Amino acid sequence: MAEKKTEKARKGLGGWIFLLATAAIYLGIYVWKPVYGEASFGHFAKMARDIAPILLLVFVFLWALELVQGMKDRLAGLVGHDSGVKGWLVAVVGGVLSHGPVYAWYPLLQSLQKRGMRPALMATFLYARSIKLPWLPLMAHYFGMGYMLILTAYIACFSVLNGWLVERMIGSGGSRGQGD
Amino acid sequence: MITIGRLRDAGGKTCKTFWRLLPVLIGVLLIASLIVQLIPELVRLGLLGHGPLLEMLGADLLGSLSTGQPVVSYLLGGELRQAGVDLYAITAFIVAWVTVGIIPMPAEAVMLGWRFTLVRNLIAFIMAIVVAWITVATLNG
Repeated sequence: MAEKKTEKARKGLGGWIFLLATAAIYLGIYVWKPVYGEASFGHFAKMARDIAPILLLVFVFLWALELVQGMKDRLAGLVGHDSGVKGWLVAVVGGVLSHGPVYAWYPLLQSLQKRGMRPALMATFLYARSIKLPWLPLMAHYFGMGYMLILTAYIACFSVLNGWLVERMIGSGGSRGQGD
Repeated sequence: MITIGRLRDAGGKTCKTFWRLLPVLIGVLLIASLIVQLIPELVRLGLLGHGPLLEMLGADLLGSLSTGQPVVSYLLGGELRQAGVDLYAITAFIVAWVTVGIIPMPAEAVMLGWRFTLVRNLIAFIMAIVVAWITVATLNG
């Protein structure tokens, strides 16, 4: 328990160390090429001002997602070999709604795999995770609403194609081949 | 049933998530601000500007090797776009960032099997180019 807390604290520190290292690089550049450093910082300030309202919206989305509890448990019974269209739908929607680092989802997928989850649905779930609902406003801000909607729709469709192709190539019997 | 307690708990967790993300976001914005000023120079030196297909391949590889919050790919992609980098390449980069994971591959393989992991990532790598191509084609169409 204590080890887990220490590891978490260390991981939390990583971001601040990264920021410190970046600040050090800036300091170096500012001394070496003051004009370049100043222009870069000016660009940073403008970018930060632009995305601040979007981050507020993202905060609200993340808060709402945090309120949806027990999603992982509900997934378990819905992704077996006989799940049909419902299974595909659960894999896509589950992937879209899942958040946090992918590492956190491997243990769940492994336990579902042992309980008969189709490799196609695992691959679909992992692909659909690339749709990050809370961050879509930021994508729309940078690339436009049309781009965001088109890319999101294609990723959702291709997540199914990705799952289907993976299963075609490795077989539906299971993802763990010889030598795994 | 959403209670005040649950709202508060969820709010607390979200604040913690944001607090962890904040230094990374600021750091990435700072680095992106440094990089975008180099883009015209890179194009001038011939490192970029070789046509959509080659740029997409390079961006796909770069996105596959990158790891971290997907938002970072949006930030970098958005700034690179404003600096004049092709939308095909940026889309391939964004898609590959989250669908292909070369760095997390060992962890994925240990949990889900090497065969599954290799095949899944290879297909996702190829698909990043296809998705980028049809996205931009649809947008321009």
